Amino acid sequence: MAELSERPFPPGDYPVVVVGSGPGALQVSYSLRRSGVAHAVISADDAPGGMFRRWPFFQRLLSWTKPYAPTERVSRGYERYDWNSLVPDDDADRAIQAGLMDGSSYFPSRPEMQASLETFAGRTGIAIRFGCRWEGTRRLDDGRFELTTSDGLYTTGTLVLAVGVAEPWRPDSPGMELAAHYADTRPVETYADRRVFIIGKQNSGFELASGLLPWARRIIVASPSPAKLSVNTHSLVGIRARYVQPYEDHALGGGVAVLDASIDAIERGPDGSGFIVRTRPSDGGPAAAFEVDEVIAATGFVTPLLDLPDLGVATFGQSRLPAQTPYWESASVPGIFFAGTIGQGSKGLRKHGIPSNSGAVHGARYNARCLAAHVARTRFGIEPARPSIPSADLAGFVAAELTRGPEVWNQKAYLARVVAFDPGAGIRDDGIVPLAPFVDDTDDSGPDALAITLEADGTGAVYPVLYSRIEGRLTEHPIDPHPLLDYETESARQAIEGVLAGFGAGIR
Amino acid sequence: MAGTDPIVDTIAGFALFADLTTPQLESVAHTFDEQWFAEGDRVLRQGLTGSGFYVILEGTCSIRVDGVERATISRGEFFGEVSILLGEAPVADVVALSQLRCMVLAGPAVEAFLVGHPRVMYRMLQASARRLRNANRWRS
Repeated sequence: MAELSERPFPPGDYPVVVVGSGPGALQVSYSLRRSGVAHAVISADDAPGGMFRRWPFFQRLLSWTKPYAPTERVSRGYERYDWNSLVPDDDADRAIQAGLMDGSSYFPSRPEMQASLETFAGRTGIAIRFGCRWEGTRRLDDGRFELTTSDGLYTTGTLVLAVGVAEPWRPDSPGMELAAHYADTRPVETYADRRVFIIGKQNSGFELASGLLPWARRIIVASPSPAKLSVNTHSLVGIRARYVQPYEDHALGGGVAVLDASIDAIERGPDGSGFIVRTRPSDGGPAAAFEVDEVIAATGFVTPLLDLPDLGVATFGQSRLPAQTPYWESASVPGIFFAGTIGQGSKGLRKHGIPSNSGAVHGARYNARCLAAHVARTRFGIEPARPSIPSADLAGFVAAELTRGPEVWNQKAYLARVVAFDPGAGIRDDGIVPLAPFVDDTDDSGPDALAITLEADGTGAVYPVLYSRIEGRLTEHPIDPHPLLDYETESARQAIEGVLAGFGAGIR
Repeated sequence: MAGTDPIVDTIAGFALFADLTTPQLESVAHTFDEQWFAEGDRVLRQGLTGSGFYVILEGTCSIRVDGVERATISRGEFFGEVSILLGEAPVADVVALSQLRCMVLAGPAVEAFLVGHPRVMYRMLQASARRLRNANRWRS
């Protein structure tokens, strides 16, 4: 890792400029270098880690790493069980997170995650210009971008922003400025014997409520819509199991109150201490006011895009995520790409309403790899290797990907392994690509191809889906789920071979 | 939050949500997700399982069956409910004709939402009846 004193990448012109030093920036820099694309990385921070240098507030992640898993630790397949390590190409750099955990939990602590990211950056030699703050952006006459930074001007034709969704946001309700934001939560002991009102029923609100259970006298958690639980949605949508304890306390009458209500106003208490929170229940019941000592807005974060909206970068939703193409490029300003958690603005198919895992490291790390390969190919003419697959091995290859392919396990119905049946070049592994453009490419211009992925339908089932594209006609082929999620069985193999038979002469 | 969420202000004027109180509208805004599509993006895909229920906040889209445009719909209108109610894949593509902003509810969540908001279900039935009447008028 470059020390601050070395300061690589002085201001100047670079083929690609990456902004950030969290997991998204580290993975995209690693993968760009592997693709042979020269680039600069700049970051306002003074060390790698991004948001994990500060959050989660209660110092333990929501993403697991299983030190002992059904697959060998030093293997690509292990990534399915390790949601936190960045993904290298060399075995020596694999599964770094697992080696840094103390065994007290399969959720790494925040310092363990920070150490994992620092170790990856150090071992793989990722160079970053730390202490260099991106301050503004201009479009030059030739279409390139000029970045103003605390160190000077950078110019580039390809900008990759991996700056997190990290700017605290709170709604504009009367008195909302009186509430502390999640980002400003104080040490827990200062909430001892206090009445705490938490606005927001996402994980951040329930993380605070969980951490304050041993301290607060009363906790009220409120927002307009009912709490969703991940164990009910069968996805990362909703409150994760670790933070459900306040909900159980509420359900059993322990003193925590979980309300479906909108916040009309927050006012100072009558004697100048504490607050009155005025609410209206979502079900139309009578308005209610609560006298509390603390109000915390766990109302989320927005994307710190600085002046990019003025350049025409379209955003949407409460998090002001930039609208993106399937390859994480701004949908309205070509040449600006997004890596890390911002990549969740590239929505994918969202089949059965289940979003990608792009907001988390275990999804974003694969997006970053695809992004780097896409930038290398489309902007620098560097074609990826497309290994050939002997036709006799094809069914086994598909079965192995469905059982052990970490990219399709961690980005279900979002990324896919694609195999092309090219009349000239034979059967080729086209690698991992976003699924949406594959299913939308029905103009009959490319070779016949097969996309391999897994999907979930929100009922708890996880099952393989193969998409065949033959002469431009797309067909979806779901395969029955297996109780142990093993798709190297005889019945799965028969289903796979049935789909492959549709390619006829292409597989011979 | 009260009167300050731009989506709440937008959907308050939609026929589908015309009978809801402001707190109910806020709850709806928090229950749905927001999605943005560029011109030419496919929103619903004919024949592909796992679609959602969409309400258009801004923009216009085309309903196409086998590539042939059958209708265009815009702000305040909705689509995707037929395939969800019938448990089948959509029988049409829906393609953005402009930049398009929608709110979307996952297919598996639609039944509980409609049962929990009977006035929205009634308004949806009205809109469906209107579409059926118009379809019959075109046939005759």
